[in-house]
Amino acid sequence: MPRLSRWYIRASLLFLGLGFTLGALILFHKGAALHPALWQLLPAHIEFLLLGWTLQLAMGVAFWILPRFLEGPARGNEAAAWLAFGLLNGGVLLVGVSWTLGLPALIPWLGRVAEAGAAMAFAVHAWPRIRPFGMSSTHG
Amino acid sequence: MPPLTRWYLKSALGYFVAALLAGIALTAPAVFRLPPAMAILGPVYFHLFMVGWVAQLIFGIAYWLFPRYSKEQPRGSEPLAAATYVLLNAGLLLRTVGEPLHTLWPTAGWGWLVALSAVLQWVAGMGFVLNTWGRIKER
Repeated sequence: MPRLSRWYIRASLLFLGLGFTLGALILFHKGAALHPALWQLLPAHIEFLLLGWTLQLAMGVAFWILPRFLEGPARGNEAAAWLAFGLLNGGVLLVGVSWTLGLPALIPWLGRVAEAGAAMAFAVHAWPRIRPFGMSSTHG
Repeated sequence: MPPLTRWYLKSALGYFVAALLAGIALTAPAVFRLPPAMAILGPVYFHLFMVGWVAQLIFGIAYWLFPRYSKEQPRGSEPLAAATYVLLNAGLLLRTVGEPLHTLWPTAGWGWLVALSAVLQWVAGMGFVLNTWGRIKER
């Protein structure tokens, strides 16, 4: 498993732990009241689990197992995949934390911009790797 | 494919079907004369899908295919992995039953099923993270 995949997958596990913790607090409160403010954690619970855990795990595994190139860097444009990693995690944290804390709407919007940037950067990285195994990077 | 992965994947398929059946029930009152109270199935529908199907499929595949933890314990702690499976499913099933009951009859004491389901699923999530963390390695 390459280094970047390890980063993606470890970050996804951290978001899994965080998202499950927030979800458990909300669900526990639903059954046995703890504190009404716990409902404010719902957007962060969703953000951390859908994008931070599920999506990020898929991206990390894709970086690991998509076909590699015979010539040049084996996994192609790794810089774009690293950029996607940074943007995704920054975006998920910005969106989740700012919604929970009720920060100005600009901040979660910037988080969404970062997440969209992550999608674009990852597409730039992965697009050329979607090909039959064993082909060089110069084949169409 | 190890036995625990087969349990995960077969359970995930069961939840996949159950989630989409719950989806039919959720939208049915708009078409047929059914009690609108069926809308309480919303959170159950979503979590049957995301926890029962998606997360459980991931847990099962990761347990099977991630790099080996060690020669002696290729898949980490097998008891912890088995406990994770049992707790996740027990928690989700408790929620599936307890949450609609608690929503319909909030003073009948069903809330403790929901709270217990939260604890069981949380412990399962932590168990998966703990057992998987050591397998995130180069080879």
